Amino acid sequence: MTSTAVPLTTRKDWSSDQEVRWCPGCGDYSILAALQMMMPDLGVRRESTVFVSGIGCAARFPYYMNTYGLHSIHGRAPAIATGLATTRPDLDVWVISGDGDALSIGGNHLIHALRRNVNLNILMFNNQIYGLTKGQYSPTSEQGKVTKSTPFGSLDQPFNPISLAIGAEATFVARTHDMDRAHMQATFTAAHQHKGASFVEVYQNCNVFNDGAFNSITSKDARSSMLIDLKHGEPILFGADNERGVLQRPDGSLEIVEVADVGLENILVHDAHRPDPALAFSLSRLSSGVVEPTPVGVFRDIQRSDYGEQMTEQVLEAQEKKGTGDLAKLFRSASTWTVD
Amino acid sequence: MAESGLVTEKIDRVVVRFAGDSGDGMQLTGDRFTEVSAILGNDLATFPDYPAEIRAPAGTIGGVSAFQVHISDHDISTHGDSPNVLVAMNPAGLKANIAAMERGTTVIVNVDAFDERAFAKAGYATNPLTDGSLSNFHLYEVPMTSITQEVCKDAGVKPRDAERSKNFFALGLVSWLFTRPTEGTLSWIQTRFQARPEVAEANTRAFRAGFDFGETAELFHARYEITAATFPKGEYVNITGNTATAWGLIAASQLSGLPLFLGSYPITPASDILHELSKRKEFGVRTFQAEDEIAGIGSALGAAVGGSLAVTTTSGPGLDLKAETIGLAVSLEVPLVIIDVQRAGPSTGLPTKVEQSDLLQAVSGRHGESPVPVIAAKTPAQCFDAALEACRIAVKYRTPVILLTDAYLANGSEPWLIPDVSDLERFDADFATAPNGTTAEGDPIFLPYLRDPETLARPWAPPGLPGLEHRIGGLEKADGAGTVSYDGGNHERMVELRRDRIDGIANYVAPVEIDDPSGAAELVVIGWGSTYGALNAGVNRVRARGLHVAHVHLTSVHPFPANLGEALGRYKKFLVPELNLGQLSQLLRARYLIDAQSLTKVRGVPFQAAEIEAAILETLGA
Repeated sequence: MTSTAVPLTTRKDWSSDQEVRWCPGCGDYSILAALQMMMPDLGVRRESTVFVSGIGCAARFPYYMNTYGLHSIHGRAPAIATGLATTRPDLDVWVISGDGDALSIGGNHLIHALRRNVNLNILMFNNQIYGLTKGQYSPTSEQGKVTKSTPFGSLDQPFNPISLAIGAEATFVARTHDMDRAHMQATFTAAHQHKGASFVEVYQNCNVFNDGAFNSITSKDARSSMLIDLKHGEPILFGADNERGVLQRPDGSLEIVEVADVGLENILVHDAHRPDPALAFSLSRLSSGVVEPTPVGVFRDIQRSDYGEQMTEQVLEAQEKKGTGDLAKLFRSASTWTVD
Repeated sequence: MAESGLVTEKIDRVVVRFAGDSGDGMQLTGDRFTEVSAILGNDLATFPDYPAEIRAPAGTIGGVSAFQVHISDHDISTHGDSPNVLVAMNPAGLKANIAAMERGTTVIVNVDAFDERAFAKAGYATNPLTDGSLSNFHLYEVPMTSITQEVCKDAGVKPRDAERSKNFFALGLVSWLFTRPTEGTLSWIQTRFQARPEVAEANTRAFRAGFDFGETAELFHARYEITAATFPKGEYVNITGNTATAWGLIAASQLSGLPLFLGSYPITPASDILHELSKRKEFGVRTFQAEDEIAGIGSALGAAVGGSLAVTTTSGPGLDLKAETIGLAVSLEVPLVIIDVQRAGPSTGLPTKVEQSDLLQAVSGRHGESPVPVIAAKTPAQCFDAALEACRIAVKYRTPVILLTDAYLANGSEPWLIPDVSDLERFDADFATAPNGTTAEGDPIFLPYLRDPETLARPWAPPGLPGLEHRIGGLEKADGAGTVSYDGGNHERMVELRRDRIDGIANYVAPVEIDDPSGAAELVVIGWGSTYGALNAGVNRVRARGLHVAHVHLTSVHPFPANLGEALGRYKKFLVPELNLGQLSQLLRARYLIDAQSLTKVRGVPFQAAEIEAAILETLGA
């Protein structure tokens, strides 16, 4: 609200005095730490920062940030944050959600916030399980998952959250994971810098109900061979010696190849700024689960006017054309008559 | 009507009902007739009555769309029990409405539409024009379609489209019959159809042909004149309930300096509030058509947290969906106005028809102890005051407020005395500006749930101010500090504080004034919402018989005004007419232990004054 320089802060300034109540060993701790440590570097003010959440383990997040915060209702955080962000363009609004919150009960709000390009940073902690209700399968759980509510295995085809967000034509779509603080911070920072809706899927370990769900791709020794770190403008390579890469076939589809077989010059160069979402969507389909090499980083980052900005423009245009609203004139905007 | 020769007779009031297919333009015809009568200075009340389908099967009873208007030279409060004139554009329009007509009244039909096929569709076994069933009425058979087609021949529209101007023929004829000036309608046609000059031309020709038909056909023996009613001095505009509601919200925004935000999802009969507000961006109004009802109120709640005057509009089924978010607003204690334009339920029910059956839901339809003030508008124009009042309460007490209107108020219209803007009282958001407490160490701290001792309202602290950062949510909060608290004793205190805060509004709202001119009444009629007009008219009829009856009409239905119990204590009998199965009467019985007698109606139409009169007489034993 003030025009003076943003005060220098440390992690401590961004941490509230509330005792953190996630289960010991939960992946949420490392995400919280990554964010608290990163905030001082964003050049933003605590008083202009708002964390909005729904319901679920992840949704406790706002209580632990020393900013403005709103812990709302299950699935509705994107809708509530839409009202806040469009009426208060001066604020930095973050939405913290989980896979059940964002994709099950709140799926509708998520896709509409994304398509409208509301100026929000949406972080979805994906642990592929319902934690707070003690272990039912979620919309991202793999098919056949045996849980308390699915003793014979789940029947549902899971959502691929990145595909869903790109399908909704989100302007910023990225993925990171709770085992790599630097990667999280780089991804969150990019999401914050993006104007409009940013969607970040964070693979997060639930050590109580779904322990090790992402170990096969996020553990230190698996990362180089199983995570494909997307970098705008660079060939898409992975492996200990970048010996593997992504090739675009003549029909447009993608495949993983040995670089030696096709030549580095034929490896697809990642273009996150490509307006057409098709290629980003194809990248999101490279992996169907944690058994295949999985892309992380920024899939898509394009510019489009944000929703609140457009809403404000319409107001200013109307005021320019008609003058600032005048109640006396409004009351006489239909035919009137006078009784003497 | 008159015996012979064309004379102009003065009458004090008339009720005209236009009825036809839902594609016949009956709403527009009624609207125009109303508008010219308003400008003439008549008092008026309207009742648009249309089907849920946009184009129900043509010619069927289900597809009949009607518009009733009551115009008079004196103060009236209802759209009239029974029409004096019915204009029926087809057999279905006749059949659907003839039962409401008293003998000796006038029926004007578009005779061109009366053929065997149309009789079959409307369910007539014989031609009603010739089978003697209309012998008790003054029947005028007018070839509206054929004359309209004839005069529009070279107007530039296709012959098929020319037929569509026949509603303007009907309007012209009725305008002639009731000596309405033509200029207003003719210039309105030019403006409205500016983009399609051939349609403007056809409508103009049809309107003139209708007017001239009255003059030259020698069918009618008299014209009628209804002179201006005596209104308090001032400037008037004819206004519907939905428009008045929208303007009340804009006024509240201007008077408080809070930017107005509407989050809404389209639903009949509430959508016109969204339409009206979306046109008024010069007032800084932000309207958001959300992806669903939940996002409608969710976005409004977000805007409220951000410091806007936040509103959501809906009707019955939407109120169901909003319940969870209203509960969060109860817990967050932020200003939020929820407008429920009631319609007949349950479920989709009768989406275009009036009912008052959401009262109990508004008062208590949420899980947990979650009190919410409920305001009810009583006439179309009074929706302005009701919307403004709902906003004032929401802001002063930091609470969601439910404003109940209904389909009858929403679409009905009446003259509104335009207030002097400088007479409208301003109000202040009174945002928190600084920390309001100190820590044990003596440092300043912001306590988001430290309450105002008088109103018990908590500070409203939108994000943006340093030192006031705080986190709140739907989990129970510690009294004062607002941090999460699972303590049972604290929860009980918070539940009681929330109740006491809302109960305290009983002293803020205007005390009831019982209308009891003689002071000798033993029976009081207690109503709320849109039944005001019918109750008022019914009560006056009883008084005209020399009997004593009192009337009180509630606009604050939760909490009840502080003096209500005492005021009712003077009476021995209590009659509670409602368009539901007795919801207010339950609340009154529970609260005041009075023997409230219900008069209920759930037929999708308002009470008639005669029904109220009869019920009062029966209760009085007169």
